Amino acid sequence: MTLLDALSFAPGTAPAKKNEPRLVDLFEYGLDAPICLTWELTYACNLSCVHCLSSSGRRDPRELSTDEAKGVIDELQRMQVFYVNIGGGEPTVRPDFWELVDYATAHQVGVKFSTNGVKISPQVAERLANSDYVDVQISLDGATAEVNDHVRGPGSYATAIRAMENLKAAGFAGFKISVVCTSQNIGQLDEFKAIADRYDAQLRLTRLRPSGRGADVWEELHPTQAQQRELYDWLVLHGEGVLTGDSFFHLSAFGDALPGLNLCGAGRVVCLIDPVGDVYACPFAIHEEFLAGNVRSPGGFQEVWKHSELFLKLRNPQNGGACNSCAFFDTCKGGCMAAKFFTGLPLDGPDPECVQGYGAELLKTRKEKDGGPVRPVSSIVDHSHKTTREGRSGLGPVRVTLSLRPGLADGTTPPANDAECEPSPLAGLSFDTSPPSSSTESGCACGPGSCGC
Amino acid sequence: MPTLDLDRAWDLHPKVSVRPEPFGALLYHFGTRRLSFLKDRTLLAVVSSLATAPTARDACTGAGVSEAELPRYQRALETLVRSSMVVERAV
Repeated sequence: MTLLDALSFAPGTAPAKKNEPRLVDLFEYGLDAPICLTWELTYACNLSCVHCLSSSGRRDPRELSTDEAKGVIDELQRMQVFYVNIGGGEPTVRPDFWELVDYATAHQVGVKFSTNGVKISPQVAERLANSDYVDVQISLDGATAEVNDHVRGPGSYATAIRAMENLKAAGFAGFKISVVCTSQNIGQLDEFKAIADRYDAQLRLTRLRPSGRGADVWEELHPTQAQQRELYDWLVLHGEGVLTGDSFFHLSAFGDALPGLNLCGAGRVVCLIDPVGDVYACPFAIHEEFLAGNVRSPGGFQEVWKHSELFLKLRNPQNGGACNSCAFFDTCKGGCMAAKFFTGLPLDGPDPECVQGYGAELLKTRKEKDGGPVRPVSSIVDHSHKTTREGRSGLGPVRVTLSLRPGLADGTTPPANDAECEPSPLAGLSFDTSPPSSSTESGCACGPGSCGC
Repeated sequence: MPTLDLDRAWDLHPKVSVRPEPFGALLYHFGTRRLSFLKDRTLLAVVSSLATAPTARDACTGAGVSEAELPRYQRALETLVRSSMVVERAV
């Protein structure tokens, strides 16, 4: 047996030999600290993407203060969480964003942050390029403005491209371009790859989840069965150097397992801290059903991670239920818990996008009410921009209400309704002078870890 | 494959952090952003004692690695050298 496993993303590497304990088997029982932690710093966002996992838009007044956030970082350092994936909302609109990034990297907590690019000016790009400990991920959901802006909102394609140009000009090789795969962009995979190559970036493809506002558009935007096959074939062919955050392990039932852990990491190796400090099992599961605790409670994050009832329950081998008899259960594991939950399917059955077709069958049997399937309701605050929600109700083809705030794009004029945003994103920025990052390694510590990072 | 001379002194790369876990340990290299998993507490003991042991062989012996097991641990260390987790130490 081998004594160690490198989890750096290396698609095409031979899977572990049959008689070895696989990492996935070790991880089913959970770890002392997460490998891959997503931390959403704010619900505020300049965009209103129709599939936003966290239904972001408006800042929550209860969001963690700068000091509280630093307290969380101290804890992560003590727990040796090497890396956090910071998101939101749009994290860079937090006035203390750079201060927190600096604080994290000064405390041995590396940062990869997801952004729509709104604050990535040439100056910011320059500073980012000079830090080993900070990685950037630009969201892009269409290889053309037409496809992207339909989902992410008018002007968002141009914003993302400008950010990439700035990063490339600054010499930041290997930043990530993160794409949520939809029925509208699966046909653009080659074009996405070309964009990534053009900007010396690395492509990252993830799965559309029916979480947050994603639940409202999932039926329209999730890939068809034929497109899932197209995606699988593309990943098998081009997987080299493309990150997936282990998103697509349900596709393993097409044939060979894709590289990665092939495990639902929720509460085992993965979790989410939301802007108000709530800890959820995974970034796709913002619902009270998956709420484990809050970092403000006694014992803080560590207590939640180690002892919350929910996480302890999740740290057991998965019950395949209806999937137990399926030949592909060992690699597919019944797919994504959140995808099942938010489409109203039982957790111990097939994924709604089960490539064997069992999920689609099950979707047809869902209870209906008011002309649609019954989906879980939640009492968690929806932070969507109110105008956007109204504009989208009952629409067929999704049209996004324009909500790109003027002035944010160049970082010069704070929007009037967002007084907590400082005019300059560079306030307090003082990256250490470590050697320029030349790494093209997976930016996320989990590599192909079983998480959404 | 780079060979690891068991009779020389080795150490973890200064940018590598070690996090013990029930099954072994996690190694994270802040420079390369690579993560490795040690699936064995003995290997963790070996890796942890590299800095103070005069040689890698001494680190292995000290951690209770038998002569028969030595090649396996040497291979594991070589893999760690390849990913820059372990580097040669100037004596």
